[in-house]
Amino acid sequence: MIRIRNLESGYGKLRVLKGISIHVNTGEIVAIIGGNGAGKTTLLYTIANLVKPFSGTITVLGTDSTGLSPEKTVALGCSLVPEGRQLFPTMTVRENLILGSYPLMKKREKRRLPEEMERIYSLFPRLKERENQLAGTLSGGEQQMLAIGRALMSDPQFIMMDEPSMGLAPIIARDIFNKIEDLRNHGRTILLVEQNARAALRIADRGYVMETGNLIIEGSSEELMDNPDVGRAYLGKDFKRISE
Amino acid sequence: MSFEQVLQYIFSGITVGSIYAVVAIGFNIIYNSTGIINFAQGEFVMMGGIIAHSFTPTMPLFLAVVLAVVITTAVGSLIELVFIRSLKNPSVLRMIIITIGLSILIREIALHIWDEKIRALPFFTGSEVTSITIFGAHISPQVLWVLGITALIVVALQFFFYFTFTGQAMRACAANRKAASLCGINTRKMVNLSFCLSAAIGAVAGCTVSPLTQTHYAMGTPLAIKGFTVAILGGLGNSTAAVLAGLLLGLLESFSISLLPMAYKDVIAISILLLILFFRPGGLFQSRQIVALKSF
Ligand SMILES: Nc1ncnc2c1ncn2[C@@H]1O[C@H](COP(=O)(O)OP(=O)(O)OP(=O)(O)O)[C@@H](O)[C@H]1O
Ligand SMILES: [Mg+2]
Repeated sequence: MIRIRNLESGYGKLRVLKGISIHVNTGEIVAIIGGNGAGKTTLLYTIANLVKPFSGTITVLGTDSTGLSPEKTVALGCSLVPEGRQLFPTMTVRENLILGSYPLMKKREKRRLPEEMERIYSLFPRLKERENQLAGTLSGGEQQMLAIGRALMSDPQFIMMDEPSMGLAPIIARDIFNKIEDLRNHGRTILLVEQNARAALRIADRGYVMETGNLIIEGSSEELMDNPDVGRAYLGKDFKRISE
Repeated sequence: MSFEQVLQYIFSGITVGSIYAVVAIGFNIIYNSTGIINFAQGEFVMMGGIIAHSFTPTMPLFLAVVLAVVITTAVGSLIELVFIRSLKNPSVLRMIIITIGLSILIREIALHIWDEKIRALPFFTGSEVTSITIFGAHISPQVLWVLGITALIVVALQFFFYFTFTGQAMRACAANRKAASLCGINTRKMVNLSFCLSAAIGAVAGCTVSPLTQTHYAMGTPLAIKGFTVAILGGLGNSTAAVLAGLLLGLLESFSISLLPMAYKDVIAISILLLILFFRPGGLFQSRQIVALKSF
C-alpha cells in the first residue's frame, strides 16, 4: 500500500528525518508514537508532499509520489488529517466538506458528491446537525470529526492522521478511535500518529517508535505494549508501578 | 443648496465612489488569497482605459473594451507568474515594495507607449451633452453605466465566491493555504486567478469611468490610495463593506467641494485612512465574530 525508503527530510538546512523506512499494508492501522519534536508531523507532511524530502523514495498505492505536488498526492488517494485540524474557520461545516471533495470534482465525478456527503454524515451524525454552522464555532470534538470527514470526502484509500485525540476529553477521544477502527474495518488503510500511545496501540495492528528523526523500535502492537522501553517512555508504566 | 444640487452631488459622489469600491475589491481579492496589498491595482484601471482608447479607432467600442480587459488580465497573470510566484515566504514589507515598484514600472511603460496626454473613451450611449433628468438633476447616462456595471461586478463576484466550486476553493486558499493544498486544491493556480480577477475588474472599471473622469498614464497611484483607504475603511478582505465604504468616501469628497476649497478634496481620503488605522484598524463594519474566527 505505501512504502517509504530511507526518507530524509526537514526544513531549509535543518534535517529532521534521518533516514526513515516504513511500510503500511492494505487494510492495516499502523501507529507511529514518539515524543514531542521527534519528527512525526514532519514525516506525515513529507508523505503528503507539503514538505519536500532531501532524499529517499515514497511509494503510495503503487505510484512513486516522491516530489509530486500536494494536490496530486491527494488525487492519488492519499489524504492527511493534519495536526491542529486546519479547518476553514469562516466557512460552514458543509462548505468544509465540499472542499474536501475537490479531487473528485476535478475528475468530473461531481455526481458522487451527495453520496460522499451522506457517507460522512452517517459516520458522524453530529456533523449533519451542525451542517450550516461555521467550522470555527464547533467544539473541539466536532472540529476533529469535521477534519476527518473533510479528509474522507475525496474517498481516499490511504489516510494519515496526526494526533486526532489531541485536546479531546477521554470519552470523545475513545469515540474518535472507534471511528478510526470502523474505517479500517471498511477496508481503508490508516497511518496514525499519536501521543496517546496506549489508545493508538489498542486499535493498531503494528507500530513504530520514533525518536529525534529515527525509528528506534518496530513491531506488532502487542510487542510494543510489552516492550519495557516503550512502556517506560510512552505508556507511563513506571509511574503506575511507583504509584501502586 | 437646492434639492437638485444635492442630487447632483449625490450622483457624482456615488459614481466616483463606485470606482473606488471596485479598486478596493481588487485589493481585497489579492489580499485574501495571498496577504499581499497590490499597490499596482490602480494601474489596472489606467490600463483598461488607455488600451481600450487605442483600439477604438479600429473597432467598435464594445470590442475595444473586451480586448482591453483581456490584455490587462493577461498582464495581471504575468505579474503573478514573474514577480510573485518566485518568492518563497516573502516579508510583507518586501511585497509592498515590489508592488509599488511594479506600479512605477507600469506607469513608465505606459508613458513610453502612449504619452502624457489626457484621453477619454467615447460615451457608451449618447455624448457628453446627453443627459437624463432625474428629479431635476441632470445626469450623464454614463453615470448609469458606471453604477450598473459596478453593481454587476459586485453581484457576479459574490455569486462566484459563494456558489461556484472554484470560488469556494479561492476562499479556502484565503482562509488556510496549507489546508487548501491538503484538500487537493492547486493553490498556485488560485493565487494566479486572484491576480487575473483583480486585473479584469480594474480594467472594466477603467473603461466605464473613462468618458467621465478621463484616462491618463499617471492616474493609477491616486486611485490606488483612494481604493486602499476604502479597503481599510471597509475592513481588509471584506468586499461587501468595501462597496459601502467606497460610496461613503465618494459622497464625502463630492460634498466637500461645496464646503471646502477644491484642493482639500484629496485630504479627506488620507485623513480617513489615518483615523481608521489609529482607531479602528479592523474597519468600520468588521464583525467581532469574523475577526475572532480569523485569528483562530
Ligand atoms: N516549519 C518548520 N520550520 C523549521 N523547523 C520545524 C518546522 N516544523 C517543525 N520543525 C522542527 O522539526 C522538528 C520536528 O517537528 P515535528 O513537528 O515533526 O515533531 P512532532 O513529532 O510532530 O512533535 P509533536 O508531538 O510535538 O507534534 C522539531 O524540532 C521542530 O522544531
Ligand atoms: Mg506533531
